[in-house]
Amino acid sequence: MRGESGFPVRLRFTKVGKVRFVSHRDVARAFERAFRIEQLPLAFTQGFSPRPKVSFGLALGVGHESDAEYLDLELADAVAVDDLGDRLSPVLPEGIDVAGACELADRAPSLQEAVTLVGIDLQLHDVDAPTLQDAVDRALAAERLCITTTRKGNPVEEDLRPALRTLVVNDDDGVTVVRAELNTQPRGVRPADLTVVLRELMDVTDAEIGADRVRRTHQWIERDGARLEPLEADRATRTATRLRVTSKGLKDDRREDTGGDDLRDDTIDAANHQVGGRRIA
Amino acid sequence: MTNLWPRIEPLLARVEKPARYIGMERGSLRPGHRPDQVSWLLLYPDTYEIGLPNQGLQVLYEILNERDDASAERAYAPWTDLESELRTHGVPLFSVDTHRDAGLFDVLAFNLSAELVYTNLLSCIDLAGVPVRAEERRPEHAIVVAGGHCAYNPEPLADFVDAFVIGDGEEAAGEITEVLSAWKRAGRTSREGVLRELATIPGVYVPAMYDVEYDGPALRSVTPRFADVPAVIDKRTVADLGDWPYPKQQLVPLVEVVHDRLSVEIFRGCTRGCRFCQAGMITRPVRERPWEQVRTMVREGLRRTGYEEVALTSLSSADFSGIDGLVADLVNQQEGTGCVSLSLPSLRVDAFTVGIASEIQKVRRTGLTFAPEAGTWRLRQVINKLITEEDLYAAVDGAYSQGWRRVKLYFLTGLPTEMDDDTLGVAELARNVVEVGCRHTKGASCTVSLGGFVPKAHTPFQWFGQNGVDELARKVNLVRDALGRKSGAQVRWHDPHATFVEGIASRGDRRIGRVIEHVWRAGGTFQEWGEHFNSSLWMEAMAGEGLDPEWYVTRHRTVDEVLPWDHISAGLHRDFLWHDWQAALNEHGLPDCRWTPCYDCGVCTDYALEHVVASPVAPAGGSQGTGQDLTHGGDVPVILRERGDRRELAGAASGPKGSVGYPDAERVRP
Repeated sequence: MRGESGFPVRLRFTKVGKVRFVSHRDVARAFERAFRIEQLPLAFTQGFSPRPKVSFGLALGVGHESDAEYLDLELADAVAVDDLGDRLSPVLPEGIDVAGACELADRAPSLQEAVTLVGIDLQLHDVDAPTLQDAVDRALAAERLCITTTRKGNPVEEDLRPALRTLVVNDDDGVTVVRAELNTQPRGVRPADLTVVLRELMDVTDAEIGADRVRRTHQWIERDGARLEPLEADRATRTATRLRVTSKGLKDDRREDTGGDDLRDDTIDAANHQVGGRRIA
Repeated sequence: MTNLWPRIEPLLARVEKPARYIGMERGSLRPGHRPDQVSWLLLYPDTYEIGLPNQGLQVLYEILNERDDASAERAYAPWTDLESELRTHGVPLFSVDTHRDAGLFDVLAFNLSAELVYTNLLSCIDLAGVPVRAEERRPEHAIVVAGGHCAYNPEPLADFVDAFVIGDGEEAAGEITEVLSAWKRAGRTSREGVLRELATIPGVYVPAMYDVEYDGPALRSVTPRFADVPAVIDKRTVADLGDWPYPKQQLVPLVEVVHDRLSVEIFRGCTRGCRFCQAGMITRPVRERPWEQVRTMVREGLRRTGYEEVALTSLSSADFSGIDGLVADLVNQQEGTGCVSLSLPSLRVDAFTVGIASEIQKVRRTGLTFAPEAGTWRLRQVINKLITEEDLYAAVDGAYSQGWRRVKLYFLTGLPTEMDDDTLGVAELARNVVEVGCRHTKGASCTVSLGGFVPKAHTPFQWFGQNGVDELARKVNLVRDALGRKSGAQVRWHDPHATFVEGIASRGDRRIGRVIEHVWRAGGTFQEWGEHFNSSLWMEAMAGEGLDPEWYVTRHRTVDEVLPWDHISAGLHRDFLWHDWQAALNEHGLPDCRWTPCYDCGVCTDYALEHVVASPVAPAGGSQGTGQDLTHGGDVPVILRERGDRRELAGAASGPKGSVGYPDAERVRP
């Protein structure tokens, strides 16, 4: 979706409070309306029913909060990226605030592919820290953490263990949370499933459903052993000349810019990744 | 506790579609509810997805919140999963705007647009902690108000509703506020006193102020108990829609709802005179919104909401004076933004309409809906929906030739005088439509939607004995068998049992209240939803109350019979309705009085109202659905308002027109 003559932008936003109950798809629609209200110069897909070129990262479960959601947006013309937060936040639902924005490098890989690790806080209702620590220790010690879930209506046994990078019990201000880092590839973990596993290990499965809280705190793109925040990972380089990959090889792309000197060659990344992410239906 | 959110929040994690209950729509308000204000909770007794787009509720929401002496919030019927959670945890019904306890409001005001939601109304009242029966309420309890089209036969809900508003609510809501405000200031003492006061507001019907007498199964009389209470309650009518440019801040929901688009009401009322159509009968006369106001509302609405679609709503949008000019103007206005589309939810069946549709639907021409309503010309004369077959085939030909691939046809079955030839005529029309389509596209298809006809109060068909369940099922099967599988037409039909139950409530009297309560207590809510509808609950309840369902539903009424809604007036003379019923039986059509001489139905003459339309003549060259040559137009009871924007439009419409629109009543179900 990126490239050509467009102006790709990545936004970081929050989803906290009542709006946590809104589905991923409805958040996408709210953004589309916000873009129209602010009259951003949207680029559209071709075809019978043109859609704005927007792609979201990893879906956040209904009911979960987040400090670190991202979306990629293709604009037809350049805009002042630093103003986007102030423009969009007031026309988005309360709890969704655009906290950061960057111009995206051409041919940057999609969020869905690039993000490899997420940080979440699990707040388990009515559980004390020592009990939780014990469960976390046992979870990390286990070779397999199997849970039976349903996918497409069929019961499936899944092992959550490979996705667990770290689990730490944190007891700040009397609020006990499990701070988890979870791999998203090859397959992510539903935080709700992790909650079920921890509760089974603690032998407290009769808790009131709905009292546990999940908050995504980070998403990371890992490259060459480094953790990069998605706005930083593929920020457009500020150079007078940009190299772009086309089917015919490298191509000069002259554009007016403010300068900068850290020419970064993202051709390798681009070649290794298909472009395009989840598109708004 | 005023704000129930902390108690609601944990419950939402366990229910389907929790975002239905969070509010936060763009355009929504968070009123403070000062003690000197009358606080209204506006309720739509169906799901959020269906209730939120309701324009009537949104109009009142704004009008009340603009008043210094009132505040208003909204609520919708919680789905069965949340209702059960609320009951288990002892949490009352709440508003979506500030999650305020519904029991704290001064008024619970319901919008009634379908009979099958009646049991949901009881759920909502009960969940608000208010006694469901009006007689058991004390002064501290909310006043329960209801309005909307179903209020034109209020009797089935008379046991549960303190006051009905008949007709347009824009002005009455303010007058009710003033009475309740004085009552609150005076210490909110006697409930009977305030109800009596409400009963003196024009258009307000307070059932407790009337005695009902029966003569065996028959109704003998409904008489006011006091001299200052009116014997007949006349409907309220907003004379000029231009005075009410609402909603100004249409709500933009976060959840996808049935009509997810900007809506601008371009006119109210319809004088096509379709005899089955209650909406057309009770909303007379025609009142068009000024052209310039429509433009402004569209422009401002799109700018504010970010919507990419706007619907120009009315009972027959192609009848708006100069609709083609308006559409062209709006399309041009949107040019450049690239993605805003217009829709006309009610299409007449003719080539002119298809021309407009192709103007506004430049891409994505997948389906177009027409409503011929009956299968033969004879029966269409009976129901006064005077579409010729030529009109229909021309429209269909136009649609397929301009790229539409699927046509949907709406029909009613079980209409007065309907014979099997008429029913089979539906199949024949459908087959011919497919044939016309196949000339243009190989994959032409057509969907036939068959609805069972339910006679409604204040229509010429109010005396007609509805078809029973077996007869409706037989007719549906006639059409299905005649079309078979290879015809290219698919048949969809409504459950005849649901049509029958709708018939009980539609023309029921006060005794039906007990039946509704019985069904509700047996768990029968969301009865308009296929998965919850339970016919046997209703039949058991009728039997339990010693009432004969056939007497209510399938019996023809006589001219001298007292009808349960005779004390409610939509302005239509009973004589007019009876004569129109006789004309129907004689297969005589009746022209549209916008463009032909007044036949004195009673509305304009009695209420000193006039049509407010920009063009005093029918556009030349078509029957306009009257089956008559209306080339001359002219001698008609129509005024041309002194408004620049309308004058320039007079006679601007051109091209052939014909026939009648159809309210966009489809529901998307989750």
